[in-house]
Amino acid sequence: MIEIRKLLIQRNGRDALQIDSLDIKHGETLAVVGPNGAGKSTLLLALARLLKPSDGGVIFNGSQLARLDDLEYRRKISFVFQDPLLLDMTVEQNIALGLKFRKMPKEEIQARVWSWIKHLEIESLAKRRASQLSGGEAQRVSLARAFVLEPELLLLDEPFAALDPPTRAKLLEDLSALLAQDNRTAVFVTHNLNEAAKLSHRIAVIVNGMLRQVGTAKQIKSHPADETVKAFLQELPQ
Amino acid sequence: MFDSEIAQITLLSLQVSAIATLISLLIGLPFGTWLALGDFRGRAFILSIINTGMALPPVVVGLVIAIMLWRSGPLGSLRLIYTPIAIIIAQTIIAAPVVTGLTAAALEALDPRLRQQLLGLGASRGQMVWYLWREARLPLLAALMAGFGSVISEVGASMMVGGNIRGQTRVLTTAIVLETSKGEFGTALALSTLLLVLTYLINLALTWIQQRGRKADWQSAPRK
Repeated sequence: MIEIRKLLIQRNGRDALQIDSLDIKHGETLAVVGPNGAGKSTLLLALARLLKPSDGGVIFNGSQLARLDDLEYRRKISFVFQDPLLLDMTVEQNIALGLKFRKMPKEEIQARVWSWIKHLEIESLAKRRASQLSGGEAQRVSLARAFVLEPELLLLDEPFAALDPPTRAKLLEDLSALLAQDNRTAVFVTHNLNEAAKLSHRIAVIVNGMLRQVGTAKQIKSHPADETVKAFLQELPQ
Repeated sequence: MFDSEIAQITLLSLQVSAIATLISLLIGLPFGTWLALGDFRGRAFILSIINTGMALPPVVVGLVIAIMLWRSGPLGSLRLIYTPIAIIIAQTIIAAPVVTGLTAAALEALDPRLRQQLLGLGASRGQMVWYLWREARLPLLAALMAGFGSVISEVGASMMVGGNIRGQTRVLTTAIVLETSKGEFGTALALSTLLLVLTYLINLALTWIQQRGRKADWQSAPRK
């Protein structure tokens, strides 16, 4: 579904990310792990076409991303940031936002929004304003807002990093179930290898702006590709 | 001064300042948005000019517009000097930088990732800008209030390009100056009170609109 070839992204005059080759299959969840500033979020922004590559590119369903219409492509994907970034409106209106952008009929928006509100068990929050939500509630709404679009590609940038451990565990479980049941293609950025192992089919390790290794959690733990990956794994909380 | 004359002066003041504020909004909102969201060379320089423009002395604006519109000036053939249109032009030049600068500041205060989030949800550029305005509506209304405040209360430019002609270009502020110079302090005080009350009522209405959203927040369930 996604083929990344000789991708180079430069930010502020330096190479922020280099990937020689990386494929993401349809229905696969790829976790991207790496230390702070490694280039993980840069990869997501490039996949969302919010950053333009300096060289190389991304092929999406057989078409060069650079040749696709910007808006048309962005309406096939959905992005969840570390902070929920909800707008100052009700939860229900927030979830409906992406569908409104797509000018979907009102009745259809209502039906889809409520189906996901129920799915994520946030019925009691629907009429509340976003500013009244706790961190966990807001991130749950942010997930609903992304899933309601039924995107071909879901991009998640450390969506649970700012949450307390119990909320994080519960949301991780729910997200894992949603991704499995939906067979949705997703790229999930995280610091946490256990989280990555639980959620994804494969893990990509990025260190210092370079893709170092792709494999299952077991493969990466037992056979780190090089000393850099090994050092990164040793620094992770066990 | 007769009641009918005061009514006419008041109405003209409101009309002129409202039109100037509206034109400033039509200029300042898109221009301020472009400055806030743009990433181009010279952006900081333009912002510094706009910020300086926010403190433009009305008499200087009045002088420049008077020179331009003077019978022998470059735009003299338009015959606009000493007309309400001349006052509107001068007041627009005073208010536009205020609205532009405060619009840019309001949008720059938003989380920059909000733009990426909206685009990531499939917003077109126009939809993104609309929702950013919506998010910044409280400071944007403050920009509108500041723009209106800067022109309803100015006297220098209105006097210089309007000429304070009775029944034609006399507005509340120029009438206050005239009455004071004649020693008619009672009338001047009455007109000043009228100006203050009007300004207060208009800002009260705008503040009420501005604070509606916040009130809705207070009335909702408390944060968990």
